[in-house]
Amino acid sequence: MKTIAGRVTLYAGLIAAAAAVLVPFLWMISASLKPNNEVFTVPIQWIPQEFRWDNFISIWQRVPLDSYLRNTVFLSSVITLLQVLTGSFAAYGFAKLRFPGRDILFFGYIATIAVPWQAYMIPQYIMMQKAGLTDTFWSLILLQAFGAFGVFLMRQYYLTIPDELCEAARMDGLSEYGIWARVILPLSKPALASLALLTFVNTWNDYMGPFIYLTSNDLWTIQLGLRSFAGQFDADYAMIMTGSVLSVLPILVIFLLGQRYFIQGIATSGMKG
Amino acid sequence: MADLSTPARRWRKSLIGWSFILPNFLGFVVITLLPVIAAFGLSFMDWDSYNPPKWIGLKNFERLLNDESTMVALRNTAYYALGHVPLTVLASLGLALLLNRKLAGVGFFRVAAFFPYVTSLVAVAVVWNMLFNPEFGPINQFLSFLGMDVPPRWTTSTTWAMPAVIITSVWRDMGYYMILFLAGLQAIPQEHYEAAKVDGATAWQRFRAVTLPGLRPVTFLVLILLTVQSFKVFDLIVVMTDGGPGRATLVLSQQIYRQGIIEGEFGYASAISLVLFLLVLVLTLTQFWLNNRRER
Repeated sequence: MKTIAGRVTLYAGLIAAAAAVLVPFLWMISASLKPNNEVFTVPIQWIPQEFRWDNFISIWQRVPLDSYLRNTVFLSSVITLLQVLTGSFAAYGFAKLRFPGRDILFFGYIATIAVPWQAYMIPQYIMMQKAGLTDTFWSLILLQAFGAFGVFLMRQYYLTIPDELCEAARMDGLSEYGIWARVILPLSKPALASLALLTFVNTWNDYMGPFIYLTSNDLWTIQLGLRSFAGQFDADYAMIMTGSVLSVLPILVIFLLGQRYFIQGIATSGMKG
Repeated sequence: MADLSTPARRWRKSLIGWSFILPNFLGFVVITLLPVIAAFGLSFMDWDSYNPPKWIGLKNFERLLNDESTMVALRNTAYYALGHVPLTVLASLGLALLLNRKLAGVGFFRVAAFFPYVTSLVAVAVVWNMLFNPEFGPINQFLSFLGMDVPPRWTTSTTWAMPAVIITSVWRDMGYYMILFLAGLQAIPQEHYEAAKVDGATAWQRFRAVTLPGLRPVTFLVLILLTVQSFKVFDLIVVMTDGGPGRATLVLSQQIYRQGIIEGEFGYASAISLVLFLLVLVLTLTQFWLNNRRER
């Protein structure tokens, strides 16, 4: 790409791609700041004539947003914590210890990653129903905290840590639990960050789980709340966009802060939860 | 290491190993493994949650073949996959090729291309529903501007609802697969390009002879992930069209949900999910087989 013409086409391509990616976001933000009757105008107004900042205040009175946000933060944090903890703990067993049955167990984990969740959601649902856990946070926490994905991701990373390190720690008299806590965990911060970020974002954005399990409004996550609001007040375009902006904003900030780990996690695992 | 071979020590070592795996494994067995096995058994039973389960052999599968809604859902799922898989590959590969260079601003573009993937599906669906608004939506305004007299009515039309869903899902997923393609591109040794240049290959020839073959392993992975993902599609459709208008975008996962969780027909819903699983399995194995054959 040395010619000027080549450079121009290249930048034209980049700008077209960026527009394709970003225009929906711009439209969302612009609509969220408009009075409702100015959302759909011909021609489109990209910059609102007058900025309706109070959309962002009045939405809290229209929808129990604070309760939705609280539920979402609670669920995402608990699930992420459990997934990272049990996942990295089990991964140490799979990557650094030898014992009978280990490889067969690991194969079981891998095999179920390939089975679509839809294929076993019915028995799961029956089980939760019999245990009286539907319409509680317990069902979602149990459902998502023990995923095989975390074990897989952490194991891949632990395999790159040399065994000699563990050997040396054993010589120094550390127990296996001590090695996990004091040698391996501090060394695996990037992988822990990747797993935590991926899990947090996935749980925050999850629709299907809460949609199936949570029926009471006071347990709803932001996703369910937004969906229900958009369904009930389907002509309240500006408010719906305000809600969308508020539901996307926290996760976008988290992604921007941790994007390096986020992208690393995807590139190394090539898989999704 | 000789002292480790005494039985007591070995026993202790196994116990320690198991103790690491146990917390996650218990959850995994109860939440995933048992339901996977149960789903298989349930497909051959008649069970609503009130009466005890009854073995009925292949009746559920017979019913499935004669159930028009399930057949429509199967066709729609295939239609969605046929649109979603190739278009996402093209879009994400295009983005990766465009962004795989050192240029001012490329870092920002790479991060931006990933935004749609971290945005929640509900927000994506709600925004795109408005973009697709037939009368006032920006997309149709743009199409009229380009000179189209009667632009498609998108999510309100049985013909155009599925294309609208496909476009939205390609937009959402392309950043994710772009990352995989970028990783693949960076793994191709620079010397191969240099050598091709010395031989006088044009940019297009270099792409055909160096880039595409070098990307084969990644493309294979992306194709498999995308196929599995397409056949599982659920939330985007539930939020965007809820299967409508009519049954125009009804897909298999939704049919499983409706039959199993809304109607309580656990056996029949499990049979549909077994079909979904087998479809995904056969497609994945076929891709593996094709890939192996090409490699030889």
